[in-house]
Amino acid sequence: MKKSKQFWPFILLAVLVYVVIQVLISTEMMNQFYSNTLILIAINIILAVSLHLVIGITGQFSIGHAGFLAVGAYVSAIITMKLQLPFAVAIIVGGVVAALAGLIVGIPSLRLKGDYLAIATLGFAEIIRIVFLNIDAVGGAAGMQVSHLTTWTYAFVCLVITLVVIVNFTNSRHGLAAISVRENEIASDAMGINTTYYKVIAFAIGSFFAGVAGALFSHNFYIIQPSQFGFLKSFDILIFVVLGGLGSLSGAVLSAILLTIVSTYLQGYPETRMIIYSLVLIIVMLYRPKGLMGTMEITDYFKLWRTPKGGGQHEK
Amino acid sequence: MKNKPLLEVKNTGIQFGGLKAVQNLNMVLNQGELVGLIGPNGAGKTTSFNLLTGVYVPTEGDILFNGERINGLPPFKVTRKGVSRTFQNIRLFNELSVLDNVKVAYHSIAKHSIISSILRLPSHFSGEKEMEEKSIEFLKIFSLDKYKDELAKNLPYGQQRRLEIARALAANPKLLLLDEPAAGMNPQETKDLMDLIAFIRNKFDLTILLIEHDMNLVMGVCERIYVLDHGQLLAEGSPEVIRNHPKVIEAYLGEEVHDVNA
Ligand SMILES: Nc1ncnc2c1ncn2[C@@H]1O[C@H](COP(=O)(O)OP(=O)(O)OP(=O)(O)O)[C@@H](O)[C@H]1O
Ligand SMILES: [Mg+2]
Repeated sequence: MKKSKQFWPFILLAVLVYVVIQVLISTEMMNQFYSNTLILIAINIILAVSLHLVIGITGQFSIGHAGFLAVGAYVSAIITMKLQLPFAVAIIVGGVVAALAGLIVGIPSLRLKGDYLAIATLGFAEIIRIVFLNIDAVGGAAGMQVSHLTTWTYAFVCLVITLVVIVNFTNSRHGLAAISVRENEIASDAMGINTTYYKVIAFAIGSFFAGVAGALFSHNFYIIQPSQFGFLKSFDILIFVVLGGLGSLSGAVLSAILLTIVSTYLQGYPETRMIIYSLVLIIVMLYRPKGLMGTMEITDYFKLWRTPKGGGQHEK
Repeated sequence: MKNKPLLEVKNTGIQFGGLKAVQNLNMVLNQGELVGLIGPNGAGKTTSFNLLTGVYVPTEGDILFNGERINGLPPFKVTRKGVSRTFQNIRLFNELSVLDNVKVAYHSIAKHSIISSILRLPSHFSGEKEMEEKSIEFLKIFSLDKYKDELAKNLPYGQQRRLEIARALAANPKLLLLDEPAAGMNPQETKDLMDLIAFIRNKFDLTILLIEHDMNLVMGVCERIYVLDHGQLLAEGSPEVIRNHPKVIEAYLGEEVHDVNA
């Protein structure tokens, strides 16, 4: 309940992690491969956590998250490459435009009860991909050259902001309203919750951070191509959330870390990657059908350890 | 104020395809009344609640609350006007704690914004604190505070029903609609519940409309009773009048015979 008390320890830990890794990078004790993997992990955590807000918290099934990633990637690339504006501006605008796209997709489909969002997002992601494929100004199928601007600092700051916003939203009356929609939309409505509003808000916040991730993503590879944002990408993000356990933020973070490492090491063997990926999924679904963490958070485990036999005593 | 009715239902009804689930419903509830709504299975009682709360939009007639038309409003707006309900088939937020279930209903009364929560501004903390304290007060009234950290789905059935009422109350209603609140409870639990309903009515200055199957129970607590059958109002009056009403006896006798056969 007293989740706010975890805020300062979290910030402290974040600063510590940042400084240690930054020192390792700048003293060149950590090579490019590892630092790049860390940036990828940060991007994937942002993607996982932003989708977690939509699926795990609000219970709205979105299967086109890569569409918002693409919007952020291309919009930010246009801002730095064509308009020569600073990267920080590109990140923010990438997020804002992705959030607007989220509103356009979300408002009509989330007003309805039922899984219309899944269809709408799937369609949206495809449309976005085809649009970029056919705009010559952004390179079409050949792709668009983008400067390498994403550093560990940018990635980490964006990651921390994402986590703080989504955790603080979740642990408030607003997050509770969103969860009540997931739990029972009819009861939520009957209790005075504007369910459409919360579905749309959660979806827009999720889209915003997918756009932010897109900006980091496009400035991390020298080139972006529409083919990087296909259905498989959406599926990869969805897997983070499902594997982690629907409703568990730490689960989403954990599986994003785990799967990024697995796929980084298997990059050279795409076939093997798919096989191992599928095996991991099958094993998790067999032994932990509710995902790695179920609906638990890492902090819940700490609490269990602290109070022997679990429960009973609660901190005042 | 006293003589202005809190709820006025005027010739309201709804049709599903060819089925007139409720028709020509007329009802007047005055401030502070505890009124019963009874009738055999499928009579249209729950459907009437759904009409009153905006779940269904009436295909005919009007519903006035405090003199204001509320038909056509979505359920959350009706709730914010002061009409709150429980469900016949319990609809709790199962994976949320007992406390959080009540907090959800208190949500619209707390006012701190999304921005204040994300930035953890002082208004967030005071708002959340108020939500928590008020919610615990509601739980205490129902002696549910000892379960506050349990998941709602882990409560015994009778307690789940009580939690639903606590939650409905936290939405700060003027009119409380209870759909078979004692269903599945044993006689002792039922009696406790009825005492509690009488208590909260006085404490919160509520008007209550209660659906119940158990005739004796309704006769015991309600001041006035509406009887529905086949979607239409069959009778209306004091428990005495209803008990001796020939049409009511007929409708219920019919049902009893039916039940024995089943
Ligand atoms: N959404 C709907 N679509 C079609 N028919 C409906 C719908 N809702 C209710 N009905 C029908 O309306 C009639 C009245 O149902 P209702 O649930 O209001 O009865 P009730 O008086 O609450 O009965 P019970 O005592 O069994 O709860 C029933 O015949 C039911 O099948
Ligand atoms: Mg009913």
